[in-house]
Amino acid sequence: MNLRRFLTILVARNREFLRDRAALGWNILFPILIVAGFAFAFSGKPLDQYKVGVYAEAPAQKLAMAKEEQAFFHTGYIQFIPIAQLDQAIIKVERHQLDMLFDLDNDHYWVNSDSPKGYMLERVLYGAAIVEGSGENALTIVETSGYQRQTVSGREIRYVDWVIPGILAMNMMFSSLFGVGYVIVRYRKNGVLRRLQATPLSAFEFLSAQVISRLWLIMAISIMVYVGADLFIDFTMFGSHWNLLLVFSLGAVSLISMGLLVAARIRSEELAGGILNLVSWPMMFLSGVWFSLEGANPLMQKLALIFPLTHVIDAARSIMIDGAGLVEISTQLLVLTVMSAVFLLLGAVLFRWK
Amino acid sequence: MAALLQVTNLIKHFDGVVAVDGVSFTLQKGSCFGLLGPNGAGKTTTLEMLEGITEPSSGEIHYRGQRVDTRFAHEAFRNDAGIMFQSTALQDFITVRESLEMFGRLYPRTTDSAELIEACALGEFLDRDTRKLSGGQRQRLLLAMALVNDPQVVFLDEPTTGLDPQARRNLWALVQQIKAQGKTVLLTTHYMEEAYELCDEIAIMDRGKIIAHGSPEALLAEHFDEMILQLPRSDILGRVENLPLNLKVQGDIVEILSADINATVQTLLAHDVSLAGLQIRPRTLDDLFLALTGEALRT
Repeated sequence: MNLRRFLTILVARNREFLRDRAALGWNILFPILIVAGFAFAFSGKPLDQYKVGVYAEAPAQKLAMAKEEQAFFHTGYIQFIPIAQLDQAIIKVERHQLDMLFDLDNDHYWVNSDSPKGYMLERVLYGAAIVEGSGENALTIVETSGYQRQTVSGREIRYVDWVIPGILAMNMMFSSLFGVGYVIVRYRKNGVLRRLQATPLSAFEFLSAQVISRLWLIMAISIMVYVGADLFIDFTMFGSHWNLLLVFSLGAVSLISMGLLVAARIRSEELAGGILNLVSWPMMFLSGVWFSLEGANPLMQKLALIFPLTHVIDAARSIMIDGAGLVEISTQLLVLTVMSAVFLLLGAVLFRWK
Repeated sequence: MAALLQVTNLIKHFDGVVAVDGVSFTLQKGSCFGLLGPNGAGKTTTLEMLEGITEPSSGEIHYRGQRVDTRFAHEAFRNDAGIMFQSTALQDFITVRESLEMFGRLYPRTTDSAELIEACALGEFLDRDTRKLSGGQRQRLLLAMALVNDPQVVFLDEPTTGLDPQARRNLWALVQQIKAQGKTVLLTTHYMEEAYELCDEIAIMDRGKIIAHGSPEALLAEHFDEMILQLPRSDILGRVENLPLNLKVQGDIVEILSADINATVQTLLAHDVSLAGLQIRPRTLDDLFLALTGEALRT
């Protein structure tokens, strides 16, 4: 490894990126859009979980009366929507756009028998009716059946707190895979690599420079997204920022190396795009960016472990939500280190200048 | 002169197709060697094997007596070789000055940059983005990049293809300067005039093999002993068809191949042929090239 040659390529790549105004602009704009999207989607009070339509001649008045008289209508996290056209509202129930519909003038309700939310609302309705019928307190009825209520307190872990590590990691994944893979394929296609091959520069020096160049860029962008999102959303962070930086750095190296491996021999940008999509989309869905795989098919859970993103997200969530230290995330760190080494080694061995 | 590069029985297959078939030659130190041939003859593949860009299927390449091939190309050869490809893309968003600096830093030894910039006439557009250069400017930059490491051997693959006559002659002058510095040059070209102007030795390739090899003058002397007399077609037709002259009609011109100019001219005068439009020219490398490789169009 010749440091001078490595630095020369590193500087050249950084210079190219920083002067490409379109790419630079997008890389700055994209995180801003993500942060703005988060702020819009997740700020304010928690969203209602269920939507119930209420039809009557004077729906607002009837609803106000129902809320005073019937337990169901003052259940929390249900949005009650006054309805003017009954037939159109029934169609909405059919299409799962409304979870339940009441005609308060005629004491009817509609529920879609295929709707999980409708099912749950109907159970709540039954429970409310039992409580009202018995004339007792709901808690008393539950305790009579043998269950004792215990309470705990603590800061709420909102969905946004849970999803932020996944979003940060996903953003990093796309930037790593496409930012490096595409550039290498473009260099190969237009002959830049061939010209560099004719110099004393080694493949390892060239690839290392690409990794480091993309790494600092990804980390800078990830920090911007993190700080911006925290400013707007104030998400949970119980662990150490340095540990999180370590996880993301290691994750970025493994994903960049994966991009290098994919681009090791390909000459066509179209093919590279196809393969990178083939890798990134399953990784995005199976690595737990948006939803937990807990309870999913065990085979799928095992399959998810082959992706570096799974380990990045697991470790990041452990740090941010559980306050985990290095010992607790040592398995993920080890796996990411091994993956980085394997991908980088394979990428260097399989790499072709032409 | 000492042998700098020795090529022995070089063979390259691509998916069962033989691109280079047993090529051997020696490159003398300080000389300019030209590889000529029609499209697909194997010139560029041969050059790329010498440059260490393409691995030979078999055969040997020795540089200063040491064996060189793609995987084990020794550092000295990489550092001593200057390469100008037929077509090279440069990294985007980089200036001429930065390109030269970047390539210079990849080598342990570099040419004085001011001299290089002056020699290749790059001074006026040093801070210009390389994507905004004209064809001639770009070729001069690529040549400068090939010379940035003060190479002992310079490989030039069709360096003047696509250039206008002024730019081409400018590049020839640069190659002459390189030769004058004692550097060894190996070039491929389609232009016979270029080969004649620059090369001490040429090899004509066809279908992967060298079919003629020697100095331009020696090859012409070896293959031709006649001159060509050219006359306008209107001056001669209907007068000399039955005479024992070696005639060839080329559009509006009739060419007569003759080893004895005086006798041919006497014959023409005896048959009242006007010599007002007569031109006499020696055989050229173009003639030799066509004679050896045929006139059929290569795809």
